[in-house]
Amino acid sequence: MKKVIFYLLLITGALIFIYPFVWMISASLAPENEISNLTLFPSTFTIDSYKLMIDKIPIGQSLINSLIVSSSVTLGVLIFGSMVGYALSRMEFRGRDLIFYIIIFTMTLPFQITLIPQYIIIVQFGWVDSFLALIVPYLMNALSIIMFRQYFKSIPQDLIDAARIDGCGELRIIFRILWPNSVPALITIGIITFMASWNEVLWPLIVIRDESLMTMPQLVTLFAVGGRAESQLGVKLAAAVMLALPIIIAYLFFQKYFIQSMASSGIKE
Amino acid sequence: MLKKQLTPYLLVSPYLLHLAVFVAFPVVFSIVLTFHKWNIISPMEYVGLTNYVRLFKDATFLKSLINTCIFLAIHIPLQIIVALFLAEVLNQKIKFRGFFRAAFFLPVIVSGVVVTILWQQLFGYDSGMFNRLLVTIGLDKIGWLTDPNVAMTSIALMATWKNVGLYIVLFLVGLQTVPAHYYEAAELEGATHTQKFFKITLPMINPTIFMVVILSTIGGFSLFIEPYIMTGGGPLNSTISAVLYIYKQGFFYYHMGYSATLGFFFAMIILLVVMIQKRFVEKDK
Repeated sequence: MKKVIFYLLLITGALIFIYPFVWMISASLAPENEISNLTLFPSTFTIDSYKLMIDKIPIGQSLINSLIVSSSVTLGVLIFGSMVGYALSRMEFRGRDLIFYIIIFTMTLPFQITLIPQYIIIVQFGWVDSFLALIVPYLMNALSIIMFRQYFKSIPQDLIDAARIDGCGELRIIFRILWPNSVPALITIGIITFMASWNEVLWPLIVIRDESLMTMPQLVTLFAVGGRAESQLGVKLAAAVMLALPIIIAYLFFQKYFIQSMASSGIKE
Repeated sequence: MLKKQLTPYLLVSPYLLHLAVFVAFPVVFSIVLTFHKWNIISPMEYVGLTNYVRLFKDATFLKSLINTCIFLAIHIPLQIIVALFLAEVLNQKIKFRGFFRAAFFLPVIVSGVVVTILWQQLFGYDSGMFNRLLVTIGLDKIGWLTDPNVAMTSIALMATWKNVGLYIVLFLVGLQTVPAHYYEAAELEGATHTQKFFKITLPMINPTIFMVVILSTIGGFSLFIEPYIMTGGGPLNSTISAVLYIYKQGFFYYHMGYSATLGFFFAMIILLVVMIQKRFVEKDK
């Protein structure tokens, strides 16, 4: 009996979290005048809302932009993060502890303080309306450095010594020896970084004005608040579905990794 | 040998360069900016403490702080109660735990932009799902986003729906650290389910609760995209958040000096609040 109540609770909970998304997809495929019916099954399915949306905004281009930006940021964070993490965990040098404390300190620094000055730097560099503005400020990430440092500490010294005897340089040690032995850390840091970059809206709104360079969440945001959706629900929802779909599809296949990665980023902070 | 001593510095040098340009300089420059008036185009003009004087008289900024407090007052307790409850149910011996966990987590991975556009429709006055349900069961419609007394609560409800999955997972991790023999001993003593929860579970997962409080406080202080899309900060500034106000001052009016002052002052408030919360955690330990 108790079991039944538990299952009922869980099913109700799951419906509350899933149903709105299912409704959104169904509504984006419904004729405009049936959207407010709230039914999951409109009289016919149509892709009119998608056609209209694609006419109005360069959604395909923005998907490519987002992929370029988020992939570059993720790759940069993995490379630079593992270099710094390696130096901090496996090398002795003066100032090492100081650098570590600085990294910890920057994690507590609220972004609200650097927002305006960072924008001014981007203006001075001439990077407004350039992917550089979206990528370079995010190439270093304190949390990822700390996670790499922690993970690299657990790798046996023998492995590194053996590579040194074979004449490997430090970079080769990091990318040829440590990386293949750090796949869980790479996945976790990769997912956290990619998701954070993919979902960022405030910064793109500030530094990108040219529609053909906008990231997907930025473009969809401006479409939703601007007058161009002409208060048609269908096109707004179609844009939202396009924005949600890539991540939801990735989530369906790799949900375990997503949950573990994002939960561990919460615990670390 | 020299090369070997230099190697660690070479490895950390990209980080130090990045730190100097994108963190250290901006922090120093933001303090400089608070004493200036600047629209980026004409030269900077020194104005002394004018920006600070203005900040302390600024009713909209005060309103944004009050809104943040309202948001946190609803969001944090609600989030802890819902997350703890669902985590506790998930922690029983049940089948399909993985499926339920994945379902609760779905809104966490989806962009806040999607969630906001979706909930804007659900909150609609005439055709939104919530008001239709209310009318169906014979209640009055609610101005979810149009009533100044309700709008911030609506946003807090939505944010809870979006984030609670993450906290369910964190609580689940916490619950699994409670040793099973504690419960077995309590059962031998004849403890009820409620007693076990309040006497064993709650004290044991206190660290997780504090972590959730700190994380959602920082999240609440960063509130931007939800009011930006849903309400633009209205009605009557009832949903304007500090970050949205900083953004408007900086990028609608190009008041760089004043916007930086708001950002600096707000960041100090955040640091203070988070420090106080962390103090609490350490005392608790």
